[in-house]
Amino acid sequence: MTNVSVTVNGQVREADVEPRTLLVYFLREHLGLTGTNVGCDTSTCGSCTVLVDGESVKSCTMLTAQADGREVSTIESMADGDTLHPIQDAFHRNHGLQCGYCTPGMVMAAASYLKENPAPTEEEVREALEGNLCRCTGYQNIVKSILDAAGSMSGART
Amino acid sequence: MVATENYVGSPVLRKEDAKLLTGQATYVDNQTMAGMAWMSLVRPPHVHATIDSIDTSAAASMPGVVAVYTAADLEDAFPSSLPMVWPITEDIKIPTHWPLTKDKIRFAGDAVAVVLAETREQAEDAAEAVTVSATDLPVVNDLEEAAKDEVVLHEDLGTNVVVHWSHGGGGDQSVFDSAPVILQERYAQPRLIPNAIETRGCLAYGIPAAGEFTLVTASQIPHIARVGLSIATGIPQSKLRIIAPDVGGGFGSKLNVYAEEALALAIARKTGRPVKWIETRQENYLATIHGRGVLHDCTLAGTDDGDILGMKFVELADMGAYFQLLTPGIPELGAWVYMGPYDTKAYWYEFRGIMTNATPTDAYRGAGRPEATFVIERLVDAYARKIGMDPAEVRRKNFLPPSEEAFGSIMGLSIDSANYEPTFDKALELAEYDQLRKEQQARRDRGDVKQLGIGLSSYIEMCGLAPSEILGALRYVAGGWDAAEVECRPDGKVVVRTGTSPHGQGHETSWSQIVADGLGVTPDDVEVLHGDTSVSRLGMDTYGSRSASVGAEAVARALEKVRDKARTIAAHELEVSEDDLEWADGAFRVSGAPDKARTIPELAASAWHAHSLPKDMEPMLEGTAVWDPPNFTWPGGTHVCVVEVDTETGKTDILKYVAVDDCGNVINPMIVEGQVHGGVAQGVAEALYEEAIYDESGNLTTSSMTQYLVPTAVEIPPITQDRTVTPSTTNSLGVKGIGEAGTIASPPAVVNAVIDAVSHLGVKHIDKPASPERVWRAIQDAKTEGGAA
Repeated sequence: MTNVSVTVNGQVREADVEPRTLLVYFLREHLGLTGTNVGCDTSTCGSCTVLVDGESVKSCTMLTAQADGREVSTIESMADGDTLHPIQDAFHRNHGLQCGYCTPGMVMAAASYLKENPAPTEEEVREALEGNLCRCTGYQNIVKSILDAAGSMSGART
Repeated sequence: MVATENYVGSPVLRKEDAKLLTGQATYVDNQTMAGMAWMSLVRPPHVHATIDSIDTSAAASMPGVVAVYTAADLEDAFPSSLPMVWPITEDIKIPTHWPLTKDKIRFAGDAVAVVLAETREQAEDAAEAVTVSATDLPVVNDLEEAAKDEVVLHEDLGTNVVVHWSHGGGGDQSVFDSAPVILQERYAQPRLIPNAIETRGCLAYGIPAAGEFTLVTASQIPHIARVGLSIATGIPQSKLRIIAPDVGGGFGSKLNVYAEEALALAIARKTGRPVKWIETRQENYLATIHGRGVLHDCTLAGTDDGDILGMKFVELADMGAYFQLLTPGIPELGAWVYMGPYDTKAYWYEFRGIMTNATPTDAYRGAGRPEATFVIERLVDAYARKIGMDPAEVRRKNFLPPSEEAFGSIMGLSIDSANYEPTFDKALELAEYDQLRKEQQARRDRGDVKQLGIGLSSYIEMCGLAPSEILGALRYVAGGWDAAEVECRPDGKVVVRTGTSPHGQGHETSWSQIVADGLGVTPDDVEVLHGDTSVSRLGMDTYGSRSASVGAEAVARALEKVRDKARTIAAHELEVSEDDLEWADGAFRVSGAPDKARTIPELAASAWHAHSLPKDMEPMLEGTAVWDPPNFTWPGGTHVCVVEVDTETGKTDILKYVAVDDCGNVINPMIVEGQVHGGVAQGVAEALYEEAIYDESGNLTTSSMTQYLVPTAVEIPPITQDRTVTPSTTNSLGVKGIGEAGTIASPPAVVNAVIDAVSHLGVKHIDKPASPERVWRAIQDAKTEGGAA
């Protein structure tokens, strides 16, 4: 067993985990944060995307031990009480989700990307989402949601 | 509160979103129970083999292992094999399909044993420690090879050709010999993997002493699964509850009764412990159904000037190694649309179902209708090319005449309503078709490296499964009705229980809109419950674009019963005759004295406390309806795809995609548009990227998401959309269905566009997926043939 201390959604979480435990299973099964989904075995689908030290990471590609001492944010940290994060709100207003399974990963990937590029073009958003698969929406309204969120977030900042 | 808005027809934002956006969904893998153990299946690395022995001893002694079972250990657990509910002919040969195979492995993915352990990891480790000794047999995956029966999968059946179904034909068959133009083409369509982003999974638990069990399962069909799993496990339907929680996409892949569901229930019964199984993606590619996998010989009979006289299709369909729930019926679902929207004078369709050493096929989004639409629309393009007409002109010339009423058709069923030309015109206009043809000619004249292609696809669908009487005539064992209950609570809120089982389609929102309009409340006042056989007791679930036209119609009919009862109570309380009441501004009002009124929430309270109801009236304001549609619904439309093909590399870029659909009346345009986006994306994937490939030894080489190319946001184009509205005559809502339209329409639109871009170079056909390599080779082959000629 390996002892880890990871700050998850602002709270320090210490645990003994098997060395092979992936970060996504630490979040889901040790901490009960089941908002982060698993969709593949090959780090392809991006459903498990979380933020590690502010940057998007597929949490099935990272061992829990690698997250030791770092800050992890999951979908559960995005809304402020009943108030959705502007990205979540944009997904709602633009029908950017259907079954919802890829959605937490999409929202987290978008959060990381919009920090890097607060005013992207449609083409840039599509390229930024290359690591996240959706089978329901054809991406059209996901792209629209992220562009909309970029607008409302930059508006909020000024 | 009293609302007077018309919610139906408005883009009401979804009620489903909040929990999905915040990570509070109830997907099965998010559920856990005290005492729960994990199940893992042993799928040996053989494709076709006789099992000599299975050694479970090493696995059984590993840490955390509770039990290891082979088929022999579970002999008593399954009184019947897994159900197949569509024996489409009298002489169909049905392979026996046990949850664990007994003496033979017939495809990569056939499970021989199951491990139960304390943790997910322990179960997986122990499954790998089970050793199977097996003698390999020759493998057959090619349809025509398999049909020769040199290698037979199920010896007791004596053949791989397990079913032959013929439509029987319509019209004057002599045109196939005598028409001025007779075109014969052969089109192959590869197997596809559905790829719901949530894999399958289930959690079984119960009270063995009481014989009661519950299965939480990522399923589109809790109600049908209850019947099927009862048959397989022997648990009476009265003691079996199925719950479909939030489900992460289906596309037909969760429209089934699977071995793992039966195993989880049987093992929960045997051990008394909650049993959880979550499919890995690799298992999903091997053990969850595939779609398509068909080969068509096609004949079109026509005149020299573009009149289609006859369409004939003879199909071989890949069934895979076993029948799943609906396997042999899938081609037949296409059997009724092989004339497309065209007024052909003669019709023929037949198919043979062939067993192969591969994953069973079953319903994948569109189920039979995309396969049919692809060959029709390829054939119409080939015909246009042969007679030197514009493919748009040929289509326009042959559309069935418009009708607001239901009308008989050459294939024998009645079409609910039709008006194809306005849809077609709109699509061509949005695509700027004439302009594109000029641009295409200019590029051809210049000999540009990047050539322009314009692809058309006009389609019809058969949706709204289904009139039970017709299903019976087609030998389907169940009915096609659906059910709803509308219950008005005394606090003014409304509970709706629907028999449909959404997994992304937004029924909670759309059904709320209908109820809100009918009862003068808001959609937020309405709670739509679904997906639990103990909550929404009656239903036939969600597939085949049926939910609105059958399930929502049941809601509308239950709503009418509620309104009728409410009107009676209102008249009683207001001391007027029912005829003196009118429905206005969300209340029953006395004609001429609109202030004398009762709202539904007020009447719901009256019906609940029941202090002063009309004589002999039962308390509670509620209504139930079970609705069996009198006909299918028949949506239609035209999609146009514009591509640029690099003639040096074979690479295709989609420049524009236009979808104009007619799905009848629309409850929520935002949701309808979203359904088309996703459907088109899956069809674009089918046309350009996706294909399940088996090697010569029968191993699936596209066995993960890194090899099977599910498109990303980069590959999928933005879609330009519009609609026309021809209300259905099958239901009072006038809705037809939209869930599969995009997947049905788009593959031929895209492939026709690719071929159109290089047709002037002599290319006549390119199989799906039209990958750069296939396109490049087609260009090279055409050059060689052109040079030789």
